[in-house]
Amino acid sequence: MQVDEADVCARVGDILDAHGGMEGPLLPILHAVQDAFGHVPMAALPVIADRLNLSRAEVHGVVSFYHDFRSQPHGRHVLKLCRAEACQSMGGDQVADRARALLGIDWHQTTPDGAVTLEPVFCLGLCACAPAALVDGRVVGRVDQARLDSLLDEVRA
Amino acid sequence: MKIHVPRDAAARAVGADQVAAAILAEADRRGIAVTLIRNGSRGMVWLEPLVEVTTPEGRMAFGPVAASDVAGLFDAGWQGHPLALGPTEELPWMMMQTRLTFARCGITDPLCLEDYRAHHGLKGLHRALTMTRDAMLQEVIDSGLRGRGGAGFPTGIKWKTVSDAPADQKYIICNADEGDSGTFADRMIMEGDPFTLIEGMTIAGLATGATRGYVYMRSEYPDAVQVMAEAVRIARDAGLLGPSVMGSGRAFDMDIRVGAGAYVCGEETSLLNSLEGKRGVVRAKPPLPALEGFFGKPTVVNNVISLASIPVIFDKGAAYYRDFGLGRSRGTIPLQIAGNVRRGGLFEIAFGMSLGQIVDDIAGGTATGRPVKAVQVGGPLGAYFPRALFDTPFCYEEFAGAEGLVGHAGIVVFDDSADMLKQARFAMEFCAIESCGKCTPCRIGAVRGMETVDRIARGDAAAIPLLRDLCATMKSGSLCALGGFTPYPVMSALTHFPEDFVPLHEAAE
Ligand SMILES: Cc1cc2nc3c(=O)[nH]c(=O)nc-3n(C[C@H](O)[C@H](O)[C@H](O)COP(=O)(O)O)c2cc1C
Ligand code: SF4
Ligand code: FES
Ligand code: FES
Repeated sequence: MQVDEADVCARVGDILDAHGGMEGPLLPILHAVQDAFGHVPMAALPVIADRLNLSRAEVHGVVSFYHDFRSQPHGRHVLKLCRAEACQSMGGDQVADRARALLGIDWHQTTPDGAVTLEPVFCLGLCACAPAALVDGRVVGRVDQARLDSLLDEVRA
Repeated sequence: MKIHVPRDAAARAVGADQVAAAILAEADRRGIAVTLIRNGSRGMVWLEPLVEVTTPEGRMAFGPVAASDVAGLFDAGWQGHPLALGPTEELPWMMMQTRLTFARCGITDPLCLEDYRAHHGLKGLHRALTMTRDAMLQEVIDSGLRGRGGAGFPTGIKWKTVSDAPADQKYIICNADEGDSGTFADRMIMEGDPFTLIEGMTIAGLATGATRGYVYMRSEYPDAVQVMAEAVRIARDAGLLGPSVMGSGRAFDMDIRVGAGAYVCGEETSLLNSLEGKRGVVRAKPPLPALEGFFGKPTVVNNVISLASIPVIFDKGAAYYRDFGLGRSRGTIPLQIAGNVRRGGLFEIAFGMSLGQIVDDIAGGTATGRPVKAVQVGGPLGAYFPRALFDTPFCYEEFAGAEGLVGHAGIVVFDDSADMLKQARFAMEFCAIESCGKCTPCRIGAVRGMETVDRIARGDAAAIPLLRDLCATMKSGSLCALGGFTPYPVMSALTHFPEDFVPLHEAAE
């Protein structure tokens, strides 16, 4: 998906207006931009920097620090699998290996048809019903092989 | 008929929404009027979705319920069904607990202020409003409450430092970043009883002279973010937050902020930078955040559970809270029992129960039925405990004495299929991924750590002393506990499970 620069400037301008008067507004602004575009487009950075009186490098430094902010659009679905200890203790590694094999992609990658992006996540607070996953923001627990397969059917459809 | 189906993320993750929909559809089909309440979780996650039906004899529990069970439950008239567990309050898991902080969680409708009031809600704040600031601070000091975020610092002392600092603006910041694997107490209280946290933060504001607050929540908790934001809006509409808290003429208001997937932002100074809109790099201390915190102003940074324990302390009194516990660990601790366990969930209890009792009796051993091999306590920076240390009482000092930490009280159980070398490698990998990059022992050390563990895995015995040295360097030379405590899981794995580090085993023979 290619984004139009003028469109980005206009919509980011609206987002900036909506965040006026906030203490430390940069993270809320970046979240709003990512919600609007599915990622943080390069063209948004100078607009944000200009309004907040920051250098473009500073804004870029913040964007790149946080795992959540993406510079590229993600697939139609985002599958996040928990890789942390409680999920490991319940076979999370095997579930993750199977997901990577069946999707044919590694962490942070998107399937060639643009259907699914696979992301690691370190704990979803679902550690008593591990292994856990987040599918487009929806929580899923006790992800055994069968539940993974049905999740994959859902996101690949 | 009144039915409760939890809205807690752990319940939703195993089908609570589908069960709730099935109950409404089935009731409709049968012409039965049902009031459906989406409560928080009681904490018995292995029984989720746990459905409760209100009867003249109290609330009756059924679980774990699947949507396909619902018609049968209606057929049975919600009694004498194989999924019937009896009165919820009489289940052993509930009877064995001392629920102070979680007293309401799972019982009330999380977003109903009337329900909150009907269950002791706002009593603590009412009492606080009759007290002087000094008396409020003394109450928290006397309660013996220590920070539940990991470091165990006395909460009252922190508040007094902020209270004594002169400034035109002070802040109360709730650390809701809860990044530790195996922990979900913050999530559960925010989803199940959010007004408790709001009440606790408001009391903190009144006691310290802070008029603004923020809850810094992790983005991995979308459900909790939504409930908290809604609760703040309701509290503001009800005059609980704003220029005149409950008509007292004293101001306190707060907002919700969401992080962006960085574990290190749970560290309080990194959190402050993040909240200010900067990279989440750790700040050197001093200055303490209590004196120079958010935008340089005096700031209380407290964990969710620390703040959510304040209302009960003010409602029942400092002495009531302090009388629970052992030694210098006062009050109760919400244990989060997770991983490979038969019974996992939230279990609030006075400090002092042994790790073995928790794992064998409360959790009932492993889910797989295999022997317990190791238990990691306190998140990714916490030590792995072998069975030999199961008599350690769950207290700050005792855990430190066993080269471990209580942390945020997450307990992750592994069965005998666990490979402790792999767990040690993961600890280093996690540190490398999440390092803020400010200091070399952490940034470079963690990468070297992974490589060194890989060498051991390939049979290089000479790499074992290197790993020990590296851990010593990280422990002494790191600015914060990410680099400084990563040696805990690594060294505990190496010390207690040498057989998994094969060359060490050979060298010892
Ligand atoms: C790497 C790292 C991560 C941390 N993560 C959290 C966290 O997620 N939640 C939390 O309350 N404290 C966390 N802490 C501890 C905080 O720095 C701080 O001690 C705590 O928020 C103080 O609140 P308390 O006194 O109520 O515990 C973390 C510390 C470190 C070093
Ligand atoms: S120990 Fe690691 S996370 Fe902590 S300040 Fe140093 S580099 Fe940053
Ligand atoms: S460790 Fe996977 S959800 Fe907590
Ligand atoms: S008895 Fe001293 S802290 Fe537990």
